Amino acid sequence: MRLKTTLTAAAAIAALTAASPALAEIRIGSSLSVTGPASFLGDPELKTLEMLVDQINAEGGINGEEVRLIHYDDAGDANRARTFATRLVEDDEVVAVIGGSTTGTTMAMVPVYQDEEIPFISLAGAVVIIDPVKEYVFKTPHTDRMACEKIFADIQARGLSKVGMISGQGGFGKSMREQCLDVVGEYGIEVVADETYGPDDADMTVQLTRIRNTEGVEAVVVAGFGQGPAIVTRNYAQLGIDLPMYQSHGVASDAFIELAGEAADGVRLPGTALLIADILPEGDPQREVVQAYKAAYEERYGQEPSTFAGYAYDAFQLLVKAIEEAGSTDPNAIRDALEATSGHVGVTGEFNMSPEDHMGLDLSAFRMLEIRDGEWVLVE
Amino acid sequence: MSELLQFLFSGLTVGAVYALVALGFTLIYNASGVVNFAQGEFVMIGGMTTVFLFDAGAPLWLACAGAIVVAMAVGYLLNKLAIEPARGASIVTLIIITIGASIFLRGVAQVVFGKSIHRYPAFSGEAPFVIGGATILPQSLWVLFGGAAIFVGLWLFLTRSITGKAVLATANNRLAASLVGVNTNAMMTLSFALSAAIGALAGVLATPITLTSFDVGVALALKGFAAAMLGGMGSPVGALIGGLLLGLIEALTAGYISSEYKDAAAFIVILVVLFVMPSGLFGRAATERV
Repeated sequence: MRLKTTLTAAAAIAALTAASPALAEIRIGSSLSVTGPASFLGDPELKTLEMLVDQINAEGGINGEEVRLIHYDDAGDANRARTFATRLVEDDEVVAVIGGSTTGTTMAMVPVYQDEEIPFISLAGAVVIIDPVKEYVFKTPHTDRMACEKIFADIQARGLSKVGMISGQGGFGKSMREQCLDVVGEYGIEVVADETYGPDDADMTVQLTRIRNTEGVEAVVVAGFGQGPAIVTRNYAQLGIDLPMYQSHGVASDAFIELAGEAADGVRLPGTALLIADILPEGDPQREVVQAYKAAYEERYGQEPSTFAGYAYDAFQLLVKAIEEAGSTDPNAIRDALEATSGHVGVTGEFNMSPEDHMGLDLSAFRMLEIRDGEWVLVE
Repeated sequence: MSELLQFLFSGLTVGAVYALVALGFTLIYNASGVVNFAQGEFVMIGGMTTVFLFDAGAPLWLACAGAIVVAMAVGYLLNKLAIEPARGASIVTLIIITIGASIFLRGVAQVVFGKSIHRYPAFSGEAPFVIGGATILPQSLWVLFGGAAIFVGLWLFLTRSITGKAVLATANNRLAASLVGVNTNAMMTLSFALSAAIGALAGVLATPITLTSFDVGVALALKGFAAAMLGGMGSPVGALIGGLLLGLIEALTAGYISSEYKDAAAFIVILVVLFVMPSGLFGRAATERV
């Protein structure tokens, strides 16, 4: 009995002494929606972060210090995200945070990081995250507003001016619809039909019939992600509507082509270079980054990384670069270095941050793609 | 005219799925008085299992049959492992158990099948039929006629067969039924397995149209429950009419008023019906014998 106690004590002491050198580590926090309704966002994002942490530690860490990822799964719940934000800052003492798979969870966490002065890189889409600029908040995905601009520019270039919109009633669809309606006037385009669908709807022929029967419609814009846009596309073909269709970057993945089937032919959407990694022309600045990331992800997980996974990749690389530049793990120094990011080529685009722009992407980060015979084709 | 026809087709397609979910509710309710909130998960299991068997190389018909067998096994286990041990507990407790089971099944599906959205090819091609200027997919007809076939089969089973009557007797008065020699436990098990099969068939037929993922069950259970309440809980005719009506109300509201109010309109109609006829359109008024 006594022997056992002694052994336990010895083990405890050993554990304590072993723990002290590990203090020289950089703790990076994250809260993502790995389960729940937004899990298709959070799941590949976490996989990417875990892969990158292993990679960087295998290469000797950042400035010689090991990186540790402290992760929580908020399941898409804004309240939980906020609790985890507080825990990350107060208990886990992280130097920076990556996360917020959705706009809702991101906005719930923002006040915590602003108050505690911890740099935070969000992986969510909506423009409200960085407009107005918040001192400690950055983000890597393009905004829904940019998607609208890219789409309308293309419609304008085709000489069309009257569009019908159909948007999801979820957060993304709602936000993108508002942004599109706000920006559409600048392109001399008019939204003549404006329909919505519920997140679980299984048939959108009714809404599409209404759009088809609206006088003068020349193109249709779909704002949403998940299964909705795929069903819209299939119903579009079922009804035999013969107008150009535009989707958002929310469906920019091969899964969309698979779900929508032949109906996807001719659909155009703004996507990232990651989607067309294999057909990026030689000399494209993103080619190397994108192909390397894609290959590494496929090797480790046996599946293709999604556009969303790419946002996590960029967030992590931006953070690593900022910590290296800052030469310290002081959150304020990291923040300053993040804001000074310039010419950083990621998988989403080229990042040029400034005190006025905490996203740092321009429209060139979006490529206008078209689906032809089940393959992505670059439209120029 | 073709516009109205298109709205009707859309409403019937969606409504048929609701009706099948409502039928599943009806069966278990009839046998046990329990509203089984895991009913939507049976639909999900039907669709998802078919996807995975099909992707694994099974012919489509075999994948569909396999999915129904899997769902029946899950229904059987649900009754054996969760409902039967809690016998004697109040109805509310049993209903809460089914909610727990639904969360559990969703979690398992997330691990087994993954989190992405899936589909498999339609049974008889994608080329739509054009009727009076409106279009309907062959798969929609599969859902409609499949639903009708199940309805007739279930109706014959419950009213014409001894076993079916035993199920009804179990529901009506468990003690009395067992006194006249009905194996009430077996009847419960049977109704769980059967309603799982109905749910799974709904999933199998509808997935090429609606697509499927691990969490489709929640919304379907809610709509199916609403349809069953509208038609009258416990009445197979009510489930059928309630489901189709719900689908039609949604489609017509979206078509003539606004897609924003589609769900709201459906629920307002249900509230009004329940206010005027508390037991639903085809439900029998509850009588208490003293």
